[in-house]
Amino acid sequence: MTAENGTAKGQAAPTVRARSLAWRRRRDSAARFWRQYRGHRAGVFGLAALLLFAVPALAAPLLVGSDVADVTDAPGGPLEDPSARFPFGTDRFGRNLLGLVIWGARVSLLVGLLAAVLSVAIGTLIGVTAGHFKGWYATVVMRITDWFLVMPTLVLAIALATVMPRSLLTIVVAIGVTTWPTTARLVRAQTLAVETRPYIERARALGGGHRHIMARHVLPNVMPLVLAQTTLIISSAILAEATLAFLGLGDPTVVSWGALLQDAREAGAVSSGHWWYLVPPGVAIAVVALAFTLCGRAVEQVLNPRLGVSR
Amino acid sequence: MTADAASAPVEKQGAAGPVTDGPAAPRGPRVRTTAAYLRYVAGKLAGAAVSLLAVLVTSFFLFRLIPGDPVRFMTGGRQVSAEQLANYREQFGLDLPWWQQFTDYCGKALTGDLGTSYQFNAPVIDKIAEALPNTLLLTGTAFVIYTLLGVFLGTRSAWRHGRLGDRLHTGLALTLYSVPSFWLGLLLIVTLAVGIGPLPGLFPTGGMESGGEEGFAYVLDVAHHLVLPVVTLVAVEYGQTLLVTRSALLDEMGSDYLTTARAKGLRDDLVRRRHAVPNALLPTVTLIFINLGRTVAGVILVETVLSWPGLGGLFYQALSVPDLPLVQGLFFVFAAAVIVMNTLADLIYPLLDPRVGR
Repeated sequence: MTAENGTAKGQAAPTVRARSLAWRRRRDSAARFWRQYRGHRAGVFGLAALLLFAVPALAAPLLVGSDVADVTDAPGGPLEDPSARFPFGTDRFGRNLLGLVIWGARVSLLVGLLAAVLSVAIGTLIGVTAGHFKGWYATVVMRITDWFLVMPTLVLAIALATVMPRSLLTIVVAIGVTTWPTTARLVRAQTLAVETRPYIERARALGGGHRHIMARHVLPNVMPLVLAQTTLIISSAILAEATLAFLGLGDPTVVSWGALLQDAREAGAVSSGHWWYLVPPGVAIAVVALAFTLCGRAVEQVLNPRLGVSR
Repeated sequence: MTADAASAPVEKQGAAGPVTDGPAAPRGPRVRTTAAYLRYVAGKLAGAAVSLLAVLVTSFFLFRLIPGDPVRFMTGGRQVSAEQLANYREQFGLDLPWWQQFTDYCGKALTGDLGTSYQFNAPVIDKIAEALPNTLLLTGTAFVIYTLLGVFLGTRSAWRHGRLGDRLHTGLALTLYSVPSFWLGLLLIVTLAVGIGPLPGLFPTGGMESGGEEGFAYVLDVAHHLVLPVVTLVAVEYGQTLLVTRSALLDEMGSDYLTTARAKGLRDDLVRRRHAVPNALLPTVTLIFINLGRTVAGVILVETVLSWPGLGGLFYQALSVPDLPLVQGLFFVFAAAVIVMNTLADLIYPLLDPRVGR
């Protein structure tokens, strides 16, 4: 764990307050993290690709305007070839496909991030509590986790999305509540390792309660793992969002990459050979998913070098 | 692309698999008794039965989460009289209290009756039985190919880790792993089935036969239709096997018994084939089966996109209505298939690794 072995030594002047010491320690470990992260070429590549997509997505209202998804007032004819005016051509309603891909990034990234956060939050809560409280609680919870682990995740997510009302929240929940078991297992394993350390025993001897030990001692130590796991899960969450939208389970009024591909398929872009309608959204999904995977692997290598067998 | 595949997302599930307790497997005489193995089998079978029951319960309650009335779904917004609605309710047993519906559902499911599809007005089990062989053909072919390909390439990558070939293979595997399977299927249709530019359409799509063929010509025709779905499925799935095999073999690479084998003067590929790979395959087997859940998802999308008349295509049809009894039945079948395959893997495992199940 990086936070404990910071550079701040005990001989710091007594006038320096504990809070500023803690902040300096955090700054130092962040800088150290970044120095090591820079050494992973694939990770840097992934980060660059993410920025390439995140910046236009954030600036989309300025770049393309919020009326880009408007069906009634489309600027071009349906299914136009790529041209100077429409670099990716137009979709079946005559909308600018480049604008739609940029606009769709907002939804795809947002849903991916939220679903991953939800999934990792559930996984961490279950993992830490199952590792901390042994006995019947852990047994029952880990049984449930194992059961979820063998369930086909996407089938479960599809089933959930079918029975809940069509909205972005539904997609987030459907992905979040079906992908947490791997995180729960990882976090539990790490919690069990942390719980054997002497400082946990010290905290308990000094009268620390369960909540104190889990929140102040265990959680900070599993955070690096959780961070890496979040990055990796975002990538599968983005893929899952695209899949659900493609199957027509998303919010029909929202433009996302998966929904664009569903539009393309319904418009017959496949059999009529309108390949430019298909390529941009799919490439966007693949690049962003790959970028998050590469970042996650690099983060994991930096924070948990033991797993880096090949280096 | 750095060559550091030790920890792709897929490999994280390693924690769930049996842990090999040390690299050098003692190849001594087997002390495991048949009785101990039978006890192990009984335990695993009981676990699987509990899981299947849990799936059954989930599939019942999940599809009763629906806000509103399932009958409204069924009638699809048509104008129907209150009398007809009551009729429908009675026909599908929706007028009974939930616990009675539940016991009915479980009782019927045990005898193989999964209800009646709203859409086809046919027993769900018949629709499933119709589509199952097609899905088994597609999935089985793809599973064999991607497992062999993944294990072969993964072994080679790990044995020469850090080299150009390894970096290329790992990079390609990660990229294909990030590609949505349905999109790859669509692209393959555009390029290989419809034809693009000078390229003519090479492979048919839509269904699994052209019709009118007999005997050997029929087999060839089905195989011809099978190419695109299998290629898509293999492309999106082999990367996972490759990464799992690669990291399992990398774990074994530094082991003393490999040094010993080399010191004995064994050739390099003998050390690999006879000593390293068998040990690395043990964790790989478990992970390949755990990851079958992902393959199920792939099958649903590939069948939908390439119009393969299997369970996945049926699932999509059921979803778009939504035809709840059919969705429910297929949900149960998909989950049960993965549980059964995992249990099979558990049962085979002790035969491969004498240390487990004693």
